Amino acid sequence: MSDTPNDRPRTAKTLAEKVWNDHLVVKGEDGSPDLIYIDLHLVHEVTSPQAFDGLRAEGRPVRRPDLTIATEDHNTPTLAIDRPIADLTSRTQIETLRRNCEEFGIRLHPLGDIEQGIVHVVGPQLGLTMPGITVVCGDSHTSTHGAFGAMAFGIGTSEVEHVLATQTLPLQPFKTMAITVEGELRPGVTAKDIILAVIAKIGTGGGQGYVLEYRGSAIRALSMEGRMTICNMSIEAGARAGMVAPDETTYAYLKGRPHAPQGEDWDAAIAYWETLKTDDDAVFDAEVHLDADQLEPFVTWGTNPGQGVSLSEAIPDPASYSDPNDRAAAERALEYMDLAAGTPMKDIRVDAVFMGSCTNSRIEDLRAFASVVQGRKKADHVRVMVVPGSARVRLEAEAEGLDRIFEEFGAEWRFAGCSMCLGMNPDQLAPGERCASTSNRNFEGRQGKGGRTHLVSPLVAAATAIRGTLSSPWDLVATGSADEKADA
Amino acid sequence: MDKITTFTGVAMPLRRSNVDTDQIIPAVFLKRVTKTGYEDALFSSWRQDPEFVLNDPAYTGATVLFAGQDFGTGSSREHAVWALRDYGFKAVIAPRFGDIFRGNSGKQGLLTGTVDEDLVEQFWERIEAQPGIRATIDLLGRTVSVGDLSAPFDIDDYTRWRLLEGLDDIGLTLRDEDRISEFEAGRESWRPTTLPVR
Ligand code: SF4
Repeated sequence: MSDTPNDRPRTAKTLAEKVWNDHLVVKGEDGSPDLIYIDLHLVHEVTSPQAFDGLRAEGRPVRRPDLTIATEDHNTPTLAIDRPIADLTSRTQIETLRRNCEEFGIRLHPLGDIEQGIVHVVGPQLGLTMPGITVVCGDSHTSTHGAFGAMAFGIGTSEVEHVLATQTLPLQPFKTMAITVEGELRPGVTAKDIILAVIAKIGTGGGQGYVLEYRGSAIRALSMEGRMTICNMSIEAGARAGMVAPDETTYAYLKGRPHAPQGEDWDAAIAYWETLKTDDDAVFDAEVHLDADQLEPFVTWGTNPGQGVSLSEAIPDPASYSDPNDRAAAERALEYMDLAAGTPMKDIRVDAVFMGSCTNSRIEDLRAFASVVQGRKKADHVRVMVVPGSARVRLEAEAEGLDRIFEEFGAEWRFAGCSMCLGMNPDQLAPGERCASTSNRNFEGRQGKGGRTHLVSPLVAAATAIRGTLSSPWDLVATGSADEKADA
Repeated sequence: MDKITTFTGVAMPLRRSNVDTDQIIPAVFLKRVTKTGYEDALFSSWRQDPEFVLNDPAYTGATVLFAGQDFGTGSSREHAVWALRDYGFKAVIAPRFGDIFRGNSGKQGLLTGTVDEDLVEQFWERIEAQPGIRATIDLLGRTVSVGDLSAPFDIDDYTRWRLLEGLDDIGLTLRDEDRISEFEAGRESWRPTTLPVR
């Protein structure tokens, strides 16, 4: 490991290296891993049962229940949540989590609880996610929490058990990559478009072995919600984690949240957080630049998040790829998606729109969606589902009257959870159905067996729901009428 | 994890090569929520066949499995190791293993030793000539023997050390518990806690 950044004899450090070093319990020697302390462990029903079972088998307690929190999200229904869960496997996983949390003294927010929701929405909302901490969860989209300047990554079930038992993880150091996005986004272009463009640029394996640090004026200008959307999808580029250095936007989001530091602790925290910036002379192992001024709404056409183009473009011809693997992947993807090369993206007609998931289900996302659909009607042939990321987000949206806007538009307003992001609950696409989805994975069958997914921003999801074909708000302005579905 | 130094147990011959983890435990068992109790899942499709070696009462209580080339290839499911362990196996001897399976085995205290292919054949013959015969594994000396046949096996030093000490990853980390406690003592009060609920 001699050329990993953490071993280099230099004092200038990147943000990621600083957070790593501040959590070193034991420095590994001769190629053995470092032992890293974990500040916050998020737990959900799918990846935890065997971990708890392992603890039981060895007679081990949870070392720090006070650094652990659980919520139910992947399997939970988004309708009729007061009734027993119909699917037996789902019900068993939920019931197992409840028993385990009870037995091991872990705080749980079950279905129906005011703080229930997608684990990556709940952590930040409670003020538990903060700069300079380490966060893990048995879920790959744990990278979301990096938006606060935390080091956050997904782990496997054995590692979940390891963290429960020891509050640490043995880890090899990583490499660092700077992703610099300069300039100003045009109206209608959002954080989702930035990250989809980044993944299209570096590829789904481009971030492998790296922690990505997003920087530059376009990132600084983003809200916390936007930063979370970007960090969330770092894993889609193969990265271990994504991070954004904390600043006034971060502090303003955090201040006053239930678990945010208070009083003297707040001052001490800010003093430390102010040091969490990559030093000017620090060196990244790789650098990528993106121009925000030029960005357009971005959508995927294939079956991995790297297969995307600007909405104004057409589906690329697989023959145009020089790499034979990319070419074969594109051919397979087009076959699965039932699409032909050269088709303008805007000609693609969808059957469903899914507005939700840990990528885009926070209040700001719902507001963005509502701002476009307000006072309009959805296209007749499109099923539109709006699923808030948490019970709190749902309440907040209702307090603002967003639920009425959605319902008048013709959308289904659901209870919180992962929902159609992966269809572990009944919210699934039927075989062959095509969906514009604000989630993060367009893998084959991800939203339901045979379902076809186009990843989009909330604004594109909204415009698409109106016109019935992949569209951005720009297309609505162009036609100038409140009844654009006519030309869908 | 129990320490392993030397042990003796009933040997079982599995005359098959390229046994992937889907054969060791089919995907349908991955929906379970437990980490133990997979003994019934081990080789479950092959066990439909009454002639399959696991169904032979002569091998009841077997703890050492002698398998063919490339045992444990394919999917990374840790369940494959859990199933072998739950059935009672403490060691698998084969000419070559799938990498991920072998790594998972080390973590769960299942010994995997490699022995040349022709030697595995000789072990099979010895065992089949005398079903129920016991094998002795000496991890200190890295040898495996059945009756009059004894052979050296390969296992990497780090895994061997962990098995000898009975250390799983967690056990290993807990050796540094003092340093974890020390780190915790210096943890700043602004850092998050989930309890008490606020
Ligand atoms: S919303 Fe989707 S990506 Fe996010 S945690 Fe749930 S299933 Fe995973």
